Amino acid sequence: MLAIWKRELQNYFLTSIGYVFMGIFLLVGGFMFFLSNIYSSSASLSGMLGNLNYLFMLIVPILTMKLLSEEKRNKSDQLLLTSPRSIWDIILGKFCAACTVVVISTAVTLFYVIILAVYSNKTYPALIATNYLGFLLLGFSYVAIGVLMSALTENQVSAAVLTIGVNLLLQILESVGSSITIPGLSFLNTVISWMSLYKRFNDFSGGILSFANVIYYISFCGVMLFLAVRVIDKRRWSEG
Amino acid sequence: MIEIQNVSKRYGNKLAVNDVSFTIKKGEILGFLGRNGAGKSTTMNIVTGYISASAGRVLLDGYDILENPREFKRRIGYLPEMPPLYMDMTVDEYLRFVCAIKDVKKSYIKSHLDDITELIRITDVRRRLIKNLSKGYKQRVGMAQALVGNPEVVIMDEPTVGLDPKQIIEIRKLIKQLGEDHTIVLSSHILHEVADVCERVVIINQGKIVAQDTLDNLTKNISDSSRYRLRIAGPEREVYKVIREIPGTRSVDEMGTKEADSYDFLVEAERTADIRRPLFQQMAKLGYPILMLRPMDIELEDIFLQLTNDKGEEQ
Repeated sequence: MLAIWKRELQNYFLTSIGYVFMGIFLLVGGFMFFLSNIYSSSASLSGMLGNLNYLFMLIVPILTMKLLSEEKRNKSDQLLLTSPRSIWDIILGKFCAACTVVVISTAVTLFYVIILAVYSNKTYPALIATNYLGFLLLGFSYVAIGVLMSALTENQVSAAVLTIGVNLLLQILESVGSSITIPGLSFLNTVISWMSLYKRFNDFSGGILSFANVIYYISFCGVMLFLAVRVIDKRRWSEG
Repeated sequence: MIEIQNVSKRYGNKLAVNDVSFTIKKGEILGFLGRNGAGKSTTMNIVTGYISASAGRVLLDGYDILENPREFKRRIGYLPEMPPLYMDMTVDEYLRFVCAIKDVKKSYIKSHLDDITELIRITDVRRRLIKNLSKGYKQRVGMAQALVGNPEVVIMDEPTVGLDPKQIIEIRKLIKQLGEDHTIVLSSHILHEVADVCERVVIINQGKIVAQDTLDNLTKNISDSSRYRLRIAGPEREVYKVIREIPGTRSVDEMGTKEADSYDFLVEAERTADIRRPLFQQMAKLGYPILMLRPMDIELEDIFLQLTNDKGEEQ
């Protein structure tokens, strides 16, 4: 797993992908910080991170789209699948590599925290830490969705578009849920909003660190990766 | 060493591999012959664990590929038809990555890679990006990859396809050299390639094994006729008749005009009767110059025809 993680991580920065991702993220992040913190004299980072979440939704697929689709297309998956590594090793390695880039990019924005700490007297470390934790967990979930979509197709562009589509869908899920007003079906509302990725993120933004929410995101990633493993394994048995 | 037992692979309604069984013996160089689409690559992919068979078992020293994939795969090196390379890496980075995923001990990696690159003769390109290498070098890097971790068995799927003649000769030499201390399976659709390096041959056609034997035994059965390609400057019909009447001629095919004022023929004759001398004398007598006379190698095609014909007769 470590070897695959290392290779993918290197690859992000050997090719332009890592730089494009970080460049866009940090450029937009800088503007967001200016608008929601400096310009409006606010010491709360939740506004900036909330906006950056939308950006993540759109640009995380850049990191994940080729992870598995390109291996399949170039048949370099023949090396991985005939090596003693298990499919879990492969998928986890790739997932962690993309997550590492997400963490590195996010870590750079800690610079803004320093600015806030210096110029504001209303920074609460615990609140900021919770904000960041929620932001990262949501980012990891986008990566996990991306890995699954990349496993499903041989085409990078399809993988990216699928990932963005699913991300958007999960985003609007909550409003879909709350628009169900048919009597007797209100349990759907509860179920759907329970599943919503974004609703739980709001808890983190408000500074609520709930164990259940952390577990939710981790299991969400787990399920996505499990499905990706099944997709790859099924293809080997395919008789189509 | 490796036992392939009743392996089948189904794709839709088509059986790509149909109840294939054979054994790969320790230390041998086994040729796996078949036309494009005969099921060679599918079989290789099953034996290496890339895909799973619909039915049947593959065992290596008692390890089942499904029950013990890790132990199994550790003992096999695979060079697929298209070498599984990462174009954005240098040769060295790539091979180090392969070492890592194949459980090569850290302390051993350096000397191991020095040995392999020396053997495959890619030492001078180790620092170059794979995407900038020529096709021949890419093939070599693919081969180096298959040797990482000292696998007991090395499986190569059409290793010489797309290479220029000089590269082909070098790769074949290399395979022979590797055969000295590895068990090797070499798949190919070129008979003389297999004849050059392999001791034993398994022939597959339409997903079924049609023959497995030493090459000597196989060629003995089909070598009672020889074929020539002729180019003669003379009237087609007349030349055709004259060739037909030479004793020992089995068949003559008219191949049309390839060069101005001449005709090409494909002649099959009994091996015992050398028709070249009477042919020369006849043509000289008639005053039709022989522009070309080229013996044709026995092609895989002929073995196939022979094998399928034999089958027809048995039925």
